[in-house]
Amino acid sequence: MDKKLIRLIDTTLRDGAHAVKHQYTAEQIKKIAGGLDKAKIDYIEVCHGEGLAGDSLVYGRPAITDEEMISAAASAIENSKLTVLLVPGLSTSKDIEMAKNNGAKAIRVCTLCTEVNISLQHVKIAKDLGLEVFGFMMMIHILPVKDLVEYAKLFESYGIDYLNLADSAGSLLPDQVKDRIGAVVNAVDVPVDFHAHNNLGLAIGNSLAALDAGASMLDGTCRGLGAGSGNTQIEVLAGVLKKAGYEANVDFYKLMDVAEDIVQPIIPRPQVIDNAGLMIGYAGIYSSFLLHVYEASKKFNLDPREIIVELGNRKMVGGQEDLIIDVAYQLTKAK
Amino acid sequence: MSKVKTAIIGPGNIGSDMMYKILRSDSLELEMVAGVVESEGIERAKGLGIKTSIKSADDILKNKDIKIVFDATSAKPATENAPLFREAGLVVIDTTPAEVGKFVVPCVNLKDIQDEPNFNLITCGGQATIPIIYALSRVAEVRYAEIIAGVASKSAGLGTRHNIDEFTQTTAKAIVQIGGAKKGKAINIFNPAEPPIIMTNTIMADIVNPDEKELRESVEAIVMDVQKYVPGYQLRVPPIVEDGRVTTTVQVEGAGDFLPKYSGNLDIMTAAAVAVGEYLAKNVF
Repeated sequence: MDKKLIRLIDTTLRDGAHAVKHQYTAEQIKKIAGGLDKAKIDYIEVCHGEGLAGDSLVYGRPAITDEEMISAAASAIENSKLTVLLVPGLSTSKDIEMAKNNGAKAIRVCTLCTEVNISLQHVKIAKDLGLEVFGFMMMIHILPVKDLVEYAKLFESYGIDYLNLADSAGSLLPDQVKDRIGAVVNAVDVPVDFHAHNNLGLAIGNSLAALDAGASMLDGTCRGLGAGSGNTQIEVLAGVLKKAGYEANVDFYKLMDVAEDIVQPIIPRPQVIDNAGLMIGYAGIYSSFLLHVYEASKKFNLDPREIIVELGNRKMVGGQEDLIIDVAYQLTKAK
Repeated sequence: MSKVKTAIIGPGNIGSDMMYKILRSDSLELEMVAGVVESEGIERAKGLGIKTSIKSADDILKNKDIKIVFDATSAKPATENAPLFREAGLVVIDTTPAEVGKFVVPCVNLKDIQDEPNFNLITCGGQATIPIIYALSRVAEVRYAEIIAGVASKSAGLGTRHNIDEFTQTTAKAIVQIGGAKKGKAINIFNPAEPPIIMTNTIMADIVNPDEKELRESVEAIVMDVQKYVPGYQLRVPPIVEDGRVTTTVQVEGAGDFLPKYSGNLDIMTAAAVAVGEYLAKNVF
């Protein structure tokens, strides 16, 4: 089979921001975005880790605003497409205009996979502003394949250009990725993108499984930075794609250099799979909860795993970081 | 005292729930339910022996006894009908995002604006959280407040979903205007879990010199005020202070009049609307 061109979306400066608690400086953003641009990454995603307007007490106060982040990146990018992430219910149309005015070329409109219909308004606004629009479905592990396909078709009907499927909890096994991506690729006409988390150590393997099933775009981050146990390590992915014979625009050596020379020195700790991260993948919990769980476990003197299990019992979804405090408070009260 | 006659326009889920609440009221009487087509809601009203109309605002305007109209349509018709009702001297209590009238949260600012012709109930997230922000800001300086409103997916209709941008921005605006915070942010989450989750809201605020005891007492007092019209309103996590930052969580269980109990987000809108009507019936009419 001919192997088609695989496009890469680097989200070191968005999902990866979780790993630095949203503390990237403008200088760091310029260097990283500039390096990624030279390494011929197709899309570079930049904004608060939780999405545009994620600046909040619950998700974390960033070092600089979305606007400052986006314009810093824009000043360093020549060819790659500067991309932002919008979460309906958190971000608003004002954020789309701001992003566009500061140089964004593409936007990923992100909803929980069952809540696709909250994206209609923002997809239309972004399309009208001339942005490339990705539909971004989170937590695809929570739905049976046939339901996932229906929501994917609904998203496509809104006029998106690409569809991203995210294993936000990093809990899918390669065969499960294949089933989901394969079914969606067969059901929609737009190119399909896959976003992995590494909580079970499967990010690279699952990304290959997604390509095998027909995905043509993949997400990743330098050094695998990201929520939970991180994303697909993009410089590794570039090497793996090359070795597997896939075509991609990315310059493997230059990308390795960005990861080692620019990103590595600024990260506070290497991205590893610790026990709580592993539990998040095992239990299928939203990856961004990890660092908040650690804080709550310290504050309330609880085992992080207890909190994670209870979050799972309560079926909390992405964005409900606020209820980690509620869970910890109720667990303490019950003791 | 005779009851004040009212009408409901828009006999959908919200309108139907208000119908049951008004029928229970000791100060309001439901004179008419109006819609634009024959619908389940119109049938329901007929079954309860209430006059009905499918000519939108027309028959309400013709009826000389009606004093208060509860608008449960959607932003567009509510905006179009508002001047007609106003001209006819009818007070409108609006549950739509039309934002024609003044924002109202019954336990916070109703007394101050009781002579207004049109009241807007903001959003469900706003009704559920602004009392708490107000309780914080009446005892301390709130530099910033944010709310995270988590509701069951099943309780959020297409109207909310396709207007989520206004929903988010309106709530943030009211956190400042009515809640008294210097700056505000609203975050809305839809959770598809089965069985459906009960509406749960967290309020986080950045406060100058927070005094945990004082904040707690103020919040506990306002929770009791809200409970007068929303019995299922509960303080789940009392204000916790950490580094000048206050976190508190409230849960809203509905009364189960017409809508299921988990949809406290809808119940708090209908209950607040009827509470506004009852206050006006007792104090203004």
